[in-house]
Amino acid sequence: MFLEVDHLAVSFATRRGKVAAVRDVRFSLAKGETLGIVGESGSGKSVSAYAIMQILDRGGQLESGRIQFDGMELNRYTNREMRDIRGREISMVFQNPRAALNPIRKVGHQIEDVLRRHARTSASGAKSAAIEAMRAVHINQPEKRYHSYPFELSGGMSQRIVIALALACDPRLLIADEPTTGLDVTTQKVVMDLIAELTRSRGMSSILITHDLGLAARYCDRIVVMKSGEVVETGTPDGLFHAPANAYTKRLIRATPRGGIGIGDLVDPPRQAPQRPAIGAPLLQVRDLRKTFGKGVNTVTAVDAVSFDIHAGESLGLVGESGCGKSTTSSMIMRLADPTSGEILLDGRSLTDTPASRFARDPRRTSLQMVFQDALASLNPRFTARQSIADPIRRLTRENADGRTEELAGQVGLPVELLDRFPHQLSGGQNARVGIARALASRPRLLILDEPTAALDVSIQAIVLNLLADLRADLGITYLFVSHDLHVVRLLCDRILVMKKGRIVEEGDAQRVMSNPTHEYTRTLLDAVPSLPNLKI
Amino acid sequence: MGQRTRLVLSRMLQALPALAGVVIVSFALTRMLPGDPAVYFAGPAATEQSIAQIRVAMGLDLSLPMQFLHYARDLLMGDLGNSLSTGQPVLEELARRLPASLELTLTALLLSCAIALPLGVTAAVHQGSWIDHACRALVTAGVSLPTFFTGIALIYVFYYLLGWAPAPLGRLDFVYLSPPDVTGFYVVDALMAGDFETAGGAMRQLILPASTLALFTLAPIARMARAAMLEALSSDYIRTAKAAGLSQRKIVYFYAFQNAMLPVITTLGMVFSFTLGANVLVEKVFSWPGIGSYAVEALVVSDYAAVQGFVLAMAILFVALNLVIDIVYTLVDPRTRSTT
Repeated sequence: MFLEVDHLAVSFATRRGKVAAVRDVRFSLAKGETLGIVGESGSGKSVSAYAIMQILDRGGQLESGRIQFDGMELNRYTNREMRDIRGREISMVFQNPRAALNPIRKVGHQIEDVLRRHARTSASGAKSAAIEAMRAVHINQPEKRYHSYPFELSGGMSQRIVIALALACDPRLLIADEPTTGLDVTTQKVVMDLIAELTRSRGMSSILITHDLGLAARYCDRIVVMKSGEVVETGTPDGLFHAPANAYTKRLIRATPRGGIGIGDLVDPPRQAPQRPAIGAPLLQVRDLRKTFGKGVNTVTAVDAVSFDIHAGESLGLVGESGCGKSTTSSMIMRLADPTSGEILLDGRSLTDTPASRFARDPRRTSLQMVFQDALASLNPRFTARQSIADPIRRLTRENADGRTEELAGQVGLPVELLDRFPHQLSGGQNARVGIARALASRPRLLILDEPTAALDVSIQAIVLNLLADLRADLGITYLFVSHDLHVVRLLCDRILVMKKGRIVEEGDAQRVMSNPTHEYTRTLLDAVPSLPNLKI
Repeated sequence: MGQRTRLVLSRMLQALPALAGVVIVSFALTRMLPGDPAVYFAGPAATEQSIAQIRVAMGLDLSLPMQFLHYARDLLMGDLGNSLSTGQPVLEELARRLPASLELTLTALLLSCAIALPLGVTAAVHQGSWIDHACRALVTAGVSLPTFFTGIALIYVFYYLLGWAPAPLGRLDFVYLSPPDVTGFYVVDALMAGDFETAGGAMRQLILPASTLALFTLAPIARMARAAMLEALSSDYIRTAKAAGLSQRKIVYFYAFQNAMLPVITTLGMVFSFTLGANVLVEKVFSWPGIGSYAVEALVVSDYAAVQGFVLAMAILFVALNLVIDIVYTLVDPRTRSTT
């Protein structure tokens, strides 16, 4: 075998003593093969890769294990010897490409640094070699881009630079650690296709570390599933997805949103999807909404003539990639920002008459509430869960805060004994529940959900999505669900709006848009999302 | 005009309102000083009449806005008024004393950077090692020992006990003649004149007060260097550099160090500002003829022209310094250059 990892164990020294991060991990990789390592956060998938490269964070230690790479026993190599392997034999691509590049060094120079280090070029030939490496990852005008700093590049472009840097010295193994997390789906496709194309044409082997089963299914020859630092199952995508042997693999596949299933199928055991409430009269009407930023020649139109209705009891999905204006639209509806022109009506009465700066004191503030993307960051770190939920009750209603807080905790499935904990003492899923309870506290009629599950593991996402569906059925709340993920939106929404460059390009019934999109952009989006085959498990 | 030049120019323009503000505030502040300068100036044997005469002569009988206009007019002509206690023009005295303070402060800062930066960087690279602990001990000692104490302690050990240092009596021992005035920095001027003996003498006088100040300024610089370096070393781009097999030297001294320098530059600017104003005690202990001791003496006797001149000079220095820091920052960090 080209790469063979056996009995790998890694531990981290913490204040509370040694903590095992990875135990008895074994996998192998043939020449030219692409191996996927799949798992949720804390599964040890990245740590395993760092252990192979010997770039573990501070306090991390390789406890035991054999790492055989093309006849070399890497686990016996010193750090000095590994430096010649890294970048030349084995390279790595990381998530969050902008942060992965030195912010104050020209990207061309960063590629040169690697080339020079591994003696692939002389000082005089460095520049042309770096430009060549950039051309290899299909960067337009590499001579010009050579002089760019990372902050001047888009996420996708930065990731290409990181890939160029990784592949500059023709390594034989590429490890990609969540290379597309945080990128838009269309960019994700471009980046993944690029990695696949380059590794194939150069005869390289690669390891793709991801939390996304769909991505692994599309790009990998074999998949290793990890959980809590251990390998639970290995197999080909077909075998693994159609007949998973392990209960965790089954649960993971079940929780992944995909075509042909209902929201109740995400959880184990599957359940009946809750009844969708009856659709009533228009609750919120958006009329010809526009928002521009800047002045003169620098004017940017973020939202351009957007009109739509949300009916009472309805769940409307707003889908688009970053920069399409969906967040600007939702913050205008939430009355956190004023539109440049246009109108928003609630129950036929204008909301935009009251400027955003004074809307906090408007009695209709209680009717509109929001659940934010990053549950942890959007909670006050010095408030306990109880304080976070009670705060809007005290400010916006005349209800008894104590009784109501516990009622809300019950509604969102947060155990009452967790109410006195602070955000950092709660898990991601629990914080998401606190965020939802806080938004429900003022008994809103419209809830704006801004990617509420984007930062969660799929198994937690499945539970939160079901919770949202239950709340809607029980309380009859109307949802505006903002997301980049069409599959997630389809599960929760009746109707979908697709936005691109500030405009709505497609609008329609959720099932119809997914199965029979009329706009080309919607089709591009749908094609870009790597999805699991339509499985019934 | 290049983008950088335009940016530097616009930063300089932005400094103008700050300067105008400083002129107004320095004027207002000195008028709030307790005591009547006319009474002081007239001396102990003054009569009501002579005091009133002096008041008119000094323009103190005018309304405040008129006084300000006079002040601003004089200022534009480079006239900061005469010191009440010495009778000398304030501008001249400041011009003589400022280089002394600057020479002391700059030497101290150079010394402190030469120790603090390597120390902070090494402490961060070898986090938790003995050098990290040594760094912490030195930093704690540096901030917790008041400068007048370290100053006196150094004099006691190196002058009184060991006799290595010269007497703490100003910038130059009386056996030397002060070098021709070019920059006002004795060491530099003496070297430029080719007078190595005087340069050595001036340097010997400098060592103790500069060390005292350096010990004090070491703490914030070393602490910032360590913290910034730790942050840089744990960042994603360092991981990328490691994964690409770059050498330890390249990673630590180029990738991490260059990024860590950004907050250190900011800290340096702050440290320089407060040292320049706060080295009064050191100047007193070492009889250093700087502007700090000048200001304190002026303040004690309500010598408002001198105080005003001092405040103004300091403020201009601060503004100029911030400007320099800003410009250095724009040159080092490409992200600050992209203003739309």
